[in-house]
Amino acid sequence: MVDLPILPLTVTDAVVRRRGKVLVGPISAELETDGLTIVMGPNGAGKTTLLRLLHGMERVSKGQLTWRVPEPAARAAQAFVFQTPILMRRSALDNVAYPLLVHGVAKTEARARAAGWLEKVGLADSGSKPAHVLSGGERQKMALARALIREPQIVFLDEPCANLDGRATREFEDLLAETRAEGTRIVMATHDIGQARRLAEDVWFIHHGRIHEAAPAEAFFATPQTPEARAFIQGDIVE
Amino acid sequence: MNEIVEGLLKAGQLILSLDADLIEISLRSLRVTLTAVLISSVIGLPLGCWLAVRRFRFRRFVIATLNALMGLPPVVVGLIVYILLSRSGPFGVFGLLFTPTAMIIAQVIILTPLIASISHQAIRDLWAEYHDLLISLNTTRRQRIATLLWDGRRALLTAALAGFGRGIGEVGAIMIVGGNIDHATRVLTTAISLETGKGNFALALALGFVLIGLAVAVNLIIHSLSRTERSGRW
Ligand SMILES: Nc1ncnc2c1ncn2[C@@H]1O[C@H](COP(=O)(O)OP(=O)(O)O)[C@@H](O)[C@H]1O
Ligand SMILES: [Mg+2]
Repeated sequence: MVDLPILPLTVTDAVVRRRGKVLVGPISAELETDGLTIVMGPNGAGKTTLLRLLHGMERVSKGQLTWRVPEPAARAAQAFVFQTPILMRRSALDNVAYPLLVHGVAKTEARARAAGWLEKVGLADSGSKPAHVLSGGERQKMALARALIREPQIVFLDEPCANLDGRATREFEDLLAETRAEGTRIVMATHDIGQARRLAEDVWFIHHGRIHEAAPAEAFFATPQTPEARAFIQGDIVE
Repeated sequence: MNEIVEGLLKAGQLILSLDADLIEISLRSLRVTLTAVLISSVIGLPLGCWLAVRRFRFRRFVIATLNALMGLPPVVVGLIVYILLSRSGPFGVFGLLFTPTAMIIAQVIILTPLIASISHQAIRDLWAEYHDLLISLNTTRRQRIATLLWDGRRALLTAALAGFGRGIGEVGAIMIVGGNIDHATRVLTTAISLETGKGNFALALALGFVLIGLAVAVNLIIHSLSRTERSGRW
């Protein structure tokens, strides 16, 4: 993987449009080297689009993203976990090994490392199963292992627990805490306030495609600055 | 009704006696069609995959053309290949008309659009599933195609088998470019056509049963081969 630190990331006036309509932006923000940022907001607020923008999967129609290193190197040190886990038609082990294979690691070594990651996320016994027989929670853990196997400096997660039950969510959050403790920068979208409270070090509250508030978690939850954020935290419906 | 029973009996008799002509004709049928399927797959599978992955200006047009070519009447293909290969045609110097090679060429033209079109649909669906992951992982276009071909291999096998089914039963084109010459270009379908014309219904039917048997056998063999593979459970 890339050794040079790619963070911080500076976003300046970035806008994502589709068919003339602004989906997200203009966004200006900074991602520091360390931390766990929760991107929070109601459905359709633009969380997915924002994460994809940060990850370089959306073309910006205006503004720019500036990583500490030039783009190809910055991209190589990032990973993304999608809301619905993408299951390759392979075994769980080969799913996890895939990112190594496409980046030139020999098959036996890739598989050995994938087995290590499966063990780490609690799927040691599931390696030989086809990915599609895994349960929802197992699928997302597999996706996490696949995202982490190249040891990215930053990982984006788009509502990874949206379709998981309580226990699976807790297990996934534990893995995230571990990942964070090992020094990986985390940016995660959620519309689950409980999850945000449990995990966030800082919060971006987004609404109608704009960042309404960006604040340390404690301050955000104690004294939200906008009516929308206040309503959202209280569990009211924000439109 | 009588003729069907007679045909079945005759088929059994021909097969059990290992009739030399029958074996020769059957092997030629297999050789021509399997070669054509192989060549068409080498062209059609990556083409279908490429069309699914690559965005370019005339993509829709190419796909529409491909789908239209799928409905190409074999007789017309045969006629065109005949004209191209005939002694006064542009490729006349190669002397290919009325050879198995000419039959293979005609079948490749018939089968390639079919195989490309079926594989395109299968790979397009798989690409829709994989798109975000493969983009996120920074894969090269070549890696994407390789991944889709590999993970979609069962669907692609089905495409090739569909090609085989169409090819082995095809008669119009290979009759024209092959000429149904005994011991040279006669295959099962053209032999059936000939025997029917002569009024030898039992023999024609017997050949027909052999043809069906071959088609089923090839399908079964290939499917069982692919199933023995462990990761083929998808
Ligand atoms: N492919 C698309 N084409 C057009 N509009 C889209 C597309 N994807 C998302 N949108 C719109 O962009 C807005 C933000 O969507 P999204 O980023 O998915 O929000 P969230 O993840 O917060 O639910 C929504 O209004 C949605 O309807
Ligand atoms: Mg979303």
